[in-house]
Amino acid sequence: MKMPAPDQAILDRLPQLIAGLEAIVPGEGVIVDRDALRAYECDGLTAYRQLPMLVVLPETTEQVSQILRLCTELAVKVVPRGAGTSLSGGALPLEDGIVLGLAKFNRILSVDFDNRCVVAQPGVTNLGITHAVADHGFYYAPDPSSQIACTIGGNVAENSGGVHCLKYGLTTNNLLGVELVLMSGEVVRLGGKHMDGAGYDLMGLVTGSEGLLGVITEVVVRILPKPETARALLIGFPSAEAAGACVAQVIARGIVPAGMEMMDKLALDAAEDFCQAGYPRDCQAVLIVELDGPASEVDHYIEVVTTIATACGSTSCRASTSQQERDRFWAGRKSAFPAVGRISPDYYCMDGTIPRRRLPQVLARMAELSDRYGLRVANVFHAGDGNLHPLILYDANVPGELEKAEAFGADILKLCVAVGGVLTGEHGVGVEKRDLMGEMFDDQDLAQQQRVKCAFDPAGRLNPGKMFPTLHRCAELGRMHVHGGKLLFPDLPRF
Amino acid sequence: MAERFTPQHFKPLSEAQARDVIRWAADAGTPLEVRSAGSKRALGRPGDAGARLDLSGLAGIVDYEPEELVITLGPGTPMADLNAALAQHNQMLAFEPPDLGGLWGQAPGGGTIGGIVGTNLAGPRRLKAGAARDFVLGVRGVSGFGELFKSGGRVVKNVTGYDLSKLMTGSYGTLAALTELTLKVLPRPETATTLVLFGLDLRAACRAMGTAASGPWEPSGLAWLPADAAASSTVPAVADGGAAATAIRLEGPAVSLDHRLATLREALPAAASAQLAEDESAALWREVRDVAPLLPSGEDIPLWRLTVPPATAPAVLDANPARAWLCDWAGGLIWLMPEDANTAPTLEAGSFALVRAGAAARTHLPAFSPLDPPLARLTRKVKAQFDPKGVLNPGRLYEDV
Repeated sequence: MKMPAPDQAILDRLPQLIAGLEAIVPGEGVIVDRDALRAYECDGLTAYRQLPMLVVLPETTEQVSQILRLCTELAVKVVPRGAGTSLSGGALPLEDGIVLGLAKFNRILSVDFDNRCVVAQPGVTNLGITHAVADHGFYYAPDPSSQIACTIGGNVAENSGGVHCLKYGLTTNNLLGVELVLMSGEVVRLGGKHMDGAGYDLMGLVTGSEGLLGVITEVVVRILPKPETARALLIGFPSAEAAGACVAQVIARGIVPAGMEMMDKLALDAAEDFCQAGYPRDCQAVLIVELDGPASEVDHYIEVVTTIATACGSTSCRASTSQQERDRFWAGRKSAFPAVGRISPDYYCMDGTIPRRRLPQVLARMAELSDRYGLRVANVFHAGDGNLHPLILYDANVPGELEKAEAFGADILKLCVAVGGVLTGEHGVGVEKRDLMGEMFDDQDLAQQQRVKCAFDPAGRLNPGKMFPTLHRCAELGRMHVHGGKLLFPDLPRF
Repeated sequence: MAERFTPQHFKPLSEAQARDVIRWAADAGTPLEVRSAGSKRALGRPGDAGARLDLSGLAGIVDYEPEELVITLGPGTPMADLNAALAQHNQMLAFEPPDLGGLWGQAPGGGTIGGIVGTNLAGPRRLKAGAARDFVLGVRGVSGFGELFKSGGRVVKNVTGYDLSKLMTGSYGTLAALTELTLKVLPRPETATTLVLFGLDLRAACRAMGTAASGPWEPSGLAWLPADAAASSTVPAVADGGAAATAIRLEGPAVSLDHRLATLREALPAAASAQLAEDESAALWREVRDVAPLLPSGEDIPLWRLTVPPATAPAVLDANPARAWLCDWAGGLIWLMPEDANTAPTLEAGSFALVRAGAAARTHLPAFSPLDPPLARLTRKVKAQFDPKGVLNPGRLYEDV
């Protein structure tokens, strides 16, 4: 993985940059000490590390605006960062760039129960929003597994999902408004407390743009009343195929569960060893199906799903009868990553999405690849929406194993695309999948995406080196090809 | 063979032909009116086009996988065909796209899916399920550069690259001519019922709708019809109420509806009420969705569509005295015919769009609420990165976009 070569001229401007930033952000908001910078050298994708020139921690939108204006003047690159939990290297620093951390933007600005929304600064954690409204029976629906730590601003930048997005959608479906500072320093407000405003859906565009278009300084999110009840089913199957068939039939029956998660034998054994959740050992795959909503509806669907599971050959099926039991069912799933971490020195988490019905084919192929690379793979899926999280087990201390794991991972993602899926379902492209973008998009697709960046950041200073395999200059991208005024199709009129 | 109508009317039958027309237009500097069936031409600004790119020939379902909850189709596919295909598998577009043709005196069923996506219109279930923009998983299109591009994919969960599908949705054909759409579909609810409370004024109704939206009942429709709008309903139980109607729709398995209705009723203020059977409920929500109470009456009064923070609806009506109106989305969507026919609505928060107006009024009233200067600048820059020569529906959304 190669990052753009550092520009010595920019590095030479460090003293000027420090002076300028200290004038904007008083106190201890500018970090230059190398030891202190270590805390920012990587995000959740720890395989890649890089110290930035410095870190700046502003507290107001006005400061962010001034910082970006200064960086534009000095031609300095900027990497925005929330809590640094990205799994794709979205917040990986650049050697000749600064990190703009939003940790101090940690206040909930208003809770508006009448309009069922919360206005928050971007550094508020995902769970912090739910905590602010839980007393009134509300919650914020998207629940990435890092929700204790990850920030709402980072969620917007990455369009984060979670186990419940099958029913409640990703961040983009739960967002009402955003305040964004452009690289020019201009502050733009998109959306608000209303739905579907006038003009282009730039909020939809910015969501999931991985910090390449602007720095988010405020968000408005929709909150939902907590479901009356939630119950989970823990179902064992003799094969992953049988579990996959059950998933397909639940969907075909017209049921949209709150979550539908699958774990294969390796993952469920690891989880069971780790936390004794009571998972059946005598099966090849478990499925957790969660249903939430009005109690009468949930009870009804629990019966329907149980019947479907039995018809699909389930070897065991338990429905939670208490919150405690439901939590236990989830405990295994939620600890799947650390559990796998115990049976292997290192693991590499993938994030492709496939059409659900391709699951057996993809699993079979993955097993072949596992044999070929000589690396084990544990599978954890958001089965309801086809989002796979294969965990490739490797040992970084064995020379060549990381490279092997990365090659295996790339093959899995190419396989996802080949069966009609995509490279990333919820973790983002970042630096990790940047060089695979060509598997999904051709040059024209990528050119059009990069033109969008040109509208927001024509000099390409905001989070460069992420998402796009090749950087093109905006002038080059904006060139219009002349086609000689001729229509190729003679049956179309020309005049 | 691409069909040829008037000399400047192109109706491509393939993506490549659509690209060809746009390349020709960009070379010639001839602005194109990008449209499908053209049923929503009255929405937005009239635009300023010398030729027409009619996408209604790119019609039909390309791929429909009910078990994957995904459909891929041409933008020219008539909504009637699409709805029929989905109904065969007991599925639907959950955002409940409206058929607004009646507002402009058109026969029902005239629109296409391209028009719905181009304008990002959504019906009553928007409240619970989302808008058109939340269901567009992927697009193929031709930019003003005359280049084909795609975005998104055919799966629900996807964060690969910028979400251009959302940017295209609601862009009124000003960024690209879409040639193929992939949409998420959902199962139809097993059954539905609607509770109607009579006689609540807008303030009380907004409180009641807020209560319903803040509890465990999962309403999929919350609308308020003033007395005269309710009286115009074809559903006798609503029309005979003789008062303003607050409508609350619940959907789901029959076993849960009774229970939910009972507890919801307890949480709401005492008022005369009616419970609608499934077919009556469907008829009422079709009327709300298609704004049936505000069909043309011969008077030349503009009709506005306002999207506002839902709890502010009473204040919006105070600030904008109206002759006729109705509220959907728990107050968040207001269809309004103002007393003052000559000025745009005044809003503290939210946005407006002009839906219907006489030809003269349409020239001086803004079609959409103005954008703040920084947003207007950014909007123009985005337009330029898709359509540098301004050949795709110029002026349709804003004067210089």
